[in-house]
Amino acid sequence: MTLKKIHDDQPKEFKFSSENFKKAEEILKRYPKENKKSAVMPFLYLAQKQNSNWIPLAAMKYIANFLSMPYISVYEVATFYTMYNLAPVGKHFVQVCTTTPCLIRGADKIVRLCKEKISPNENELSKEGSCSWMEVECLGACVNAPMIQINDNYYEDLDEKSTKEILESLINDKPLKPGSFRGRKNTAPEKKQIVNGEKHA
Amino acid sequence: MPKIIINGKEIEFEKGMTVLQACELADVEIPRFCYHEKLSIAGNCRMCLVELEKSPKPIASCAMPAAEGMNIKTNTHLVEKARKGVMEFLLANHPLDCPVCDQGGECDLQDQSMYYGVDKSRFIENKRQVKEKYMGPLIKTQMTRCIHCTRCVRFATEVAGVPEIGAIGRGENMEITTYLEKAMESELSANVIDLCPVGALTSKPYAFEARPWELKKTESIDVMDAVGSNIRIDTYNWEVKRILPRLNNDINEEWISDKTRYSCDGLLKQRLDVPYIKKNNKLQKSNWDEAITLLTDKIQSINPNEIGGHIGDMVNMENALSFKKLFATLKSKNLEFREKKFYINSSEKINYIFNSSIKGIEESDLILLIGSNPRHEATMLNARIRKTFVKKRIPIFSIGDPGELTYDYTVIGNTTDDLKKIIDNEHEFSKKLSSSNKPIVIIGESALELESGQYIVEEVKNFLKKNNFISKEWNAFNFLAQNASTVGLIDLKVLSKEDEEKNSFFEKLNKNQFKLLYLLGSDNLDIKKNNEFIVYQGSHGDRGAEIADLVLPSAAFTEQNGLFENLEGRVQESKKASYPIGEALEDWKIFNLILKKLGKFNDLSKFDSLRKEVLNLIPNFTKLNELPNFEEAQVVNTSSEFISESVNIKNLDYFYTNSISRASKTMSECRQIKQKLRKTGT
Repeated sequence: MTLKKIHDDQPKEFKFSSENFKKAEEILKRYPKENKKSAVMPFLYLAQKQNSNWIPLAAMKYIANFLSMPYISVYEVATFYTMYNLAPVGKHFVQVCTTTPCLIRGADKIVRLCKEKISPNENELSKEGSCSWMEVECLGACVNAPMIQINDNYYEDLDEKSTKEILESLINDKPLKPGSFRGRKNTAPEKKQIVNGEKHA
Repeated sequence: MPKIIINGKEIEFEKGMTVLQACELADVEIPRFCYHEKLSIAGNCRMCLVELEKSPKPIASCAMPAAEGMNIKTNTHLVEKARKGVMEFLLANHPLDCPVCDQGGECDLQDQSMYYGVDKSRFIENKRQVKEKYMGPLIKTQMTRCIHCTRCVRFATEVAGVPEIGAIGRGENMEITTYLEKAMESELSANVIDLCPVGALTSKPYAFEARPWELKKTESIDVMDAVGSNIRIDTYNWEVKRILPRLNNDINEEWISDKTRYSCDGLLKQRLDVPYIKKNNKLQKSNWDEAITLLTDKIQSINPNEIGGHIGDMVNMENALSFKKLFATLKSKNLEFREKKFYINSSEKINYIFNSSIKGIEESDLILLIGSNPRHEATMLNARIRKTFVKKRIPIFSIGDPGELTYDYTVIGNTTDDLKKIIDNEHEFSKKLSSSNKPIVIIGESALELESGQYIVEEVKNFLKKNNFISKEWNAFNFLAQNASTVGLIDLKVLSKEDEEKNSFFEKLNKNQFKLLYLLGSDNLDIKKNNEFIVYQGSHGDRGAEIADLVLPSAAFTEQNGLFENLEGRVQESKKASYPIGEALEDWKIFNLILKKLGKFNDLSKFDSLRKEVLNLIPNFTKLNELPNFEEAQVVNTSSEFISESVNIKNLDYFYTNSISRASKTMSECRQIKQKLRKTGT
């Protein structure tokens, strides 16, 4: 299943929640009135967050009317950028980094676990419908490899055990706290602090 | 003027030109796909690369503004290599299906790869495959062939004013489509077929019909509306295969409406091939001898006053003149060409033409529509209004609600009272109008059908005259005719001045005072048939033939030469591209048959003399294909009656306005889709 294709089962209506509506109006203030259509990307992002991580057609229409743009233009933008999901991905959207550093540190094991725990294929909803996973390219946290991104949060320094726990917590809808799973603070050295260049000639 | 060096030759160019345009001035050909004169610049096909001295890379000439002192080279090794490279990439995913592609023979990609391409491919990977997209009944898509020039996207957004086509996805997955694969809701949609440089968008009705080199091409004039778009008729033997636009910057630029383009399949259907006579309430095949004898017997047995004639919407001027002469011989004065009563004043030419001229719209700074929906009544003129609107954001106002147009407008009133206020300077709009430099006031037929039609024409004219808007430099007064024949027939004085005011034809028609009604290609007249004998002479078995007692087959507009005067008063010649079907004859030849039978040998007409006479009869005539002379308007203080009434703009059944389009299968498909759209509202 691809996330760039319009999903068959579409909700009929979409509207920003009152909270998001306020945010939308804030966003509009950033752009000159005659160029308000510049707000299309943050708006799509808002809509995606509101609608459990995917953008239905109704939301595109809503945004098009909101910004007085043609429907096709919003559709073009939504299909162009890879991080807009046009099909349901679950409330907990797991993105597994499988680029070289993570792969060396065991990202393939995480992928295997995802296949076991969530769904056998990428971008497929889990049985309960609350999760889906996909492989992605480097998320820029190589120091804490291997890692996964769930919605907006990074879960780092993983191994099989911690990944299992995280995925199970997602399925039970009680996600664990994000961060390093080996007790590191951000990217700080784990044992002894080594001053740069000390061990080298 | 600044100068630029192209291939060692120094030439002058206008400021604001691009390098590509400057190269064209120097007669240097630059290959291109995405660049099109009438569209905005995209610069994404990269085919127009040229070498600029001191620039490390070749530049895209279509997007690079020309500047003083540039040294451009187009015949160097670098340029050749760049073009070859670009062409190789374009062909990487383009299928090699030219033999089964409808664009073959008139394909930009085919031609240019012959000149600039390489003969073999180094690309061993699979070519990409894209699904076909639905774009309505007119456009056939084969999106695998698309090279993403985005001409169609730009056309839909800029010229047609319906932003419904777009490019979705990115990179290798980019696809051109309409929003959710809906039919494009525009009257200009099929122009994207001409624009497409490859065979991605081709004509659905014309699919696999013929190859371009097999067709005979005739340059002619369109008669579906009064704009007089310039067209090229492509025929294969007798059949009209397709109709294409011809460049005329004064009228239709490079576009034509879908009705013009696709009603040509109506020329093959419902045709009248032999005379028919009604016997036992059924039309039965007959021959010319019998038909003419029947007709002349009727004519001789009926009082000339009880013979009425009506001229239809697609009759050329020569035929109309010979019809008029026939009626003069018959001593009948009951001639009419209007389909409904509307006010005309034939005493001055400026009263019934589009004086500002279609090209002049671009200079205007304010437009007022009175009872007119230009989108349906004159599609190409509407496109020009949109062009001006997009370029200068001119304010557009309307009296009466025209419905959905392709630009923003403000309705300033729905009644004649609002117009009266403007004329009497009591409305705030009056100031706007009089303070603008080059306003345009367009009066539609819907306004003239009103009881106060006379008031509207005369008082608006007087108002504009008072504000100095009617002069040789700028004439703001415009009448928007709907039918191709209207302006020409007014010029030929088919209606006498007296009948014009009294509408005596309609009175007699309503009172059933005619014993013989002669319909010359007239299908839109509202007739309640009683005991009168109806003769229908025309090309199609349509509404007119349905009620007729005698049907005489004649040639359609593509099958005879003839003059048409468009709504600007521009006289243009429609040329013979094909032959009349079966025993059908040109109209004037049929009149000659009748005259011979009646023994009036002196009144027979010849085509050449008819044409000469027509040209002499047209007031203010200058030259073929040129605008008429300007004539100072007289201010007449007529006591025109003002009646307070609402201005309702008649809804045209756009795809069904005349007998040819009603016979066309393509047009009825378009009509169905439009009706469905209206019902579901999506």
